[in-house]
Amino acid sequence: MVREDDYQKRREHLKNMSEDELINYFWQLTEKIVDPLVELSKTHTSPSIERSVLLRMGFSSIEAKNIVKHMIENNLLSHGAGNVVLIYSKLMKKNYLEAGKNLSEGTGWEDIVNYYRRNQNAQAK
Amino acid sequence: MLKPNEKIDINEILKDLKNYKPKRYGWTFRKKVDKQKIGLLEYFDTSKPLKNSIPLPASRQMDYIDPQPDITITVEIASGRFEDDIRRMRMAAWHGADHIMVIRTLGQSHFDGLLEGTPEGVGGIPITRKQIRATRKALDLIEEEVGRPINFHSYVSGIAGPEIAVLFAEEGVNGAHQDPQYNILYRNINPVRSFVDAGVSKTIMANFNMLQIDGAHNANATAKYGYKVMPELLVQHAINSLFSLKVGMKKELIALSTVPPDAPPFPSLRLDIPYANILRKVFKGFRFRAQMNTKYVESDTREATVNHTLNALISKLTSADIQSTITPDEGRNVPWHYNSIHAINTAKQTLIAADGIKNFVKIENDGLEKEKEREILERAILFLEEIIEVGGYFKALELGFFVDSGYYPERVGDGIRRPQNGGDEANSVVKRASDYLAPVCYHFGYNNLPEGLNKPCDLIDGCTFCKREKIVYIDELDPEDNVEVRLKENEKYDKEGMFKPEVQWKNDGVILISMFLPISKEKAPYAAIEIGKKLGLNNVEVVHQQVLHPAEGSLVEIKGEVPFFIKESEIVVPKKIPPLSDGEIESEVKKRGGIKCVAATLGEDEHNVGLKEIIDIKHGGIEKWGFQVTYLGTSIPPEKVINAAIEVGAKVILASTTVTHGEVHRINLKKLNDVAIEKGVRDKLIIIGGGTQLSSDFAKDVGIDASFGRGTKGIDVASFIIRKLREKN
Repeated sequence: MVREDDYQKRREHLKNMSEDELINYFWQLTEKIVDPLVELSKTHTSPSIERSVLLRMGFSSIEAKNIVKHMIENNLLSHGAGNVVLIYSKLMKKNYLEAGKNLSEGTGWEDIVNYYRRNQNAQAK
Repeated sequence: MLKPNEKIDINEILKDLKNYKPKRYGWTFRKKVDKQKIGLLEYFDTSKPLKNSIPLPASRQMDYIDPQPDITITVEIASGRFEDDIRRMRMAAWHGADHIMVIRTLGQSHFDGLLEGTPEGVGGIPITRKQIRATRKALDLIEEEVGRPINFHSYVSGIAGPEIAVLFAEEGVNGAHQDPQYNILYRNINPVRSFVDAGVSKTIMANFNMLQIDGAHNANATAKYGYKVMPELLVQHAINSLFSLKVGMKKELIALSTVPPDAPPFPSLRLDIPYANILRKVFKGFRFRAQMNTKYVESDTREATVNHTLNALISKLTSADIQSTITPDEGRNVPWHYNSIHAINTAKQTLIAADGIKNFVKIENDGLEKEKEREILERAILFLEEIIEVGGYFKALELGFFVDSGYYPERVGDGIRRPQNGGDEANSVVKRASDYLAPVCYHFGYNNLPEGLNKPCDLIDGCTFCKREKIVYIDELDPEDNVEVRLKENEKYDKEGMFKPEVQWKNDGVILISMFLPISKEKAPYAAIEIGKKLGLNNVEVVHQQVLHPAEGSLVEIKGEVPFFIKESEIVVPKKIPPLSDGEIESEVKKRGGIKCVAATLGEDEHNVGLKEIIDIKHGGIEKWGFQVTYLGTSIPPEKVINAAIEVGAKVILASTTVTHGEVHRINLKKLNDVAIEKGVRDKLIIIGGGTQLSSDFAKDVGIDASFGRGTKGIDVASFIIRKLREKN
């Protein structure tokens, strides 16, 4: 977009505001812009967020990378990487660190996909 | 423990890194000491002095005081090799930096995951656990050496932001840049991804009391004209700051990265002061990280230094919590060791010069100043209104609202356009399912945790934030590209005590040469390269040219690599004879019934400051021990000095002279010797010459007994006289 400087025209409604009023208005507007962004961040996740969870659980950066790669391939990211690791550890009755290692090596993903399929079916019924 | 007279041992730093735990977490600001007496004067805005430091050069005349401003001083250090950076960090800390910022290697923003090991970087350092841990360990030692906490800082950005935030939290990094807008605008990372990641990154940073610095200053660096970007800067600061508050950061740990946008020949102070003022009014309660201007840094280090001095002055006239520095050589190369130090000293020098300035100078809060402040704020408000009008932040991005070179609402149409579903890692974000679970501490957003937990990580018996032993430390992944290999390259030279000059890496051999070339501006740079080659330098490059006159010539600066090593053990330092004690001098003078001297500056020389320091009792001069000095005055011909010496029966002549082009100092001091011989009194007299650039060898050349240069004290001269008299009888 190309536009001449029409500041004088545009500022009409600001002209009579005090400095404090302007500052308050500035923050009110910012809030309107920022609130949907905060909400987006609360309700969504990403590969990096999930890797950050795995790091905090005590996995190495290499393991975290592999686990998240498999999660994306199996369309499981929305459940959370930590969640998936814990589910697998329960299914296999293994310590979660060991379970996660298996997952990072590519084993166990079918079990998790099946687990979710069963759950979905149960919910549907 | 580091010892001031010993080099930091990198091998020692690398030892047992696996088990190293940082000493502390979180950011530390300097603490102001009100009305602190330092040397002769009382200061308004200083903090505790350092245990070990190097003061400004002029402090030599002020009892070597080194007052530390109450504002944190930042230095950016990242040459690509952390093992060399560590040494520079130590030098920086000694000069007054307590915020060390590490730039990341080119391309790390686009790496999806953490890097490991110690590979070499380009234009910065690959941020890895090992590099960070080793650097933090070194800084933990350095901060003990200087006696002040050092804040370590890098970037929580790119497509691995949340992972980097975890890494920094675990490794005791104290502050970081975090601003999703930076990802989007300057790294072309998907906008949605950038904001989604930011929530988690910021939450982790907040819980470890890391200081956050935003990325708005980049809008200035990329703007066409500095002042035109001011309304947008307010907008960018606001978006990141309010987002940060809403995810739980504390206001006092959110810092705005603000740069005075302009530089001369624009009337920069009157353009930038209203901007700085309104910013501080709108963002009251937040922190201000005043950055020095990079947009207008050319290859002239002098020009950059003046701009940066003006920038730091604005910090003092308005306010700043942190003064970030930019090296004066940023316009010519990756910053060199000594330019990092110059930048720190530019900040320290200016901040101390302007100590307490607000008690004397106030910025007008009326008239033109107020008008300009208001205009910037109103333009920013109009910007925000239009973002909402077009449908919010992502829509505005798509339409190219940001970094347009028009003065908003003026639009030139050259803004950066970023579609919501475009950029690196587009469509990589998913909505969290109802069973979404993250069994770790300091997570942000929806988390389907079972009820009754004390903390989320109870589910896994502790996360790395609660149980440090769970952190997985990876040493090296690349057998070729790592610190051990690099250290080995230099090991053989180290063992033999061989070294080369260096500007950033050990034994890089680089030196800088300045020259004036009295030829046309077109030919000057090529001539300079030729000169460099003839001097035997490799890889000669022109780093700066300034035309002094189109026909008369240019200043040219070249850099080049020295091809040879020097052996430290073969360097001979002329022996300095220690001075005698006060008591010994005093009793000897007494025993001899006093020692008469005549003193004068020779020839056409009115400079008597140095001579007075050697004579006057109040400057620690030789009168203190009972020498009787007849001061003849300034600009005295050599004949008169000898006559006066004969007349008063002096045993010593103290002759001061300015070192000149025409060798007048040589002629005059030689004449003093000649006249003394002529008059048959040479062997009865001790003739001592003094002048700023005189070396001790100079005396032999002109036939006098001794010559003293810069830094000489009365006790050196007194000791020499006594020893010489003892020799004579």
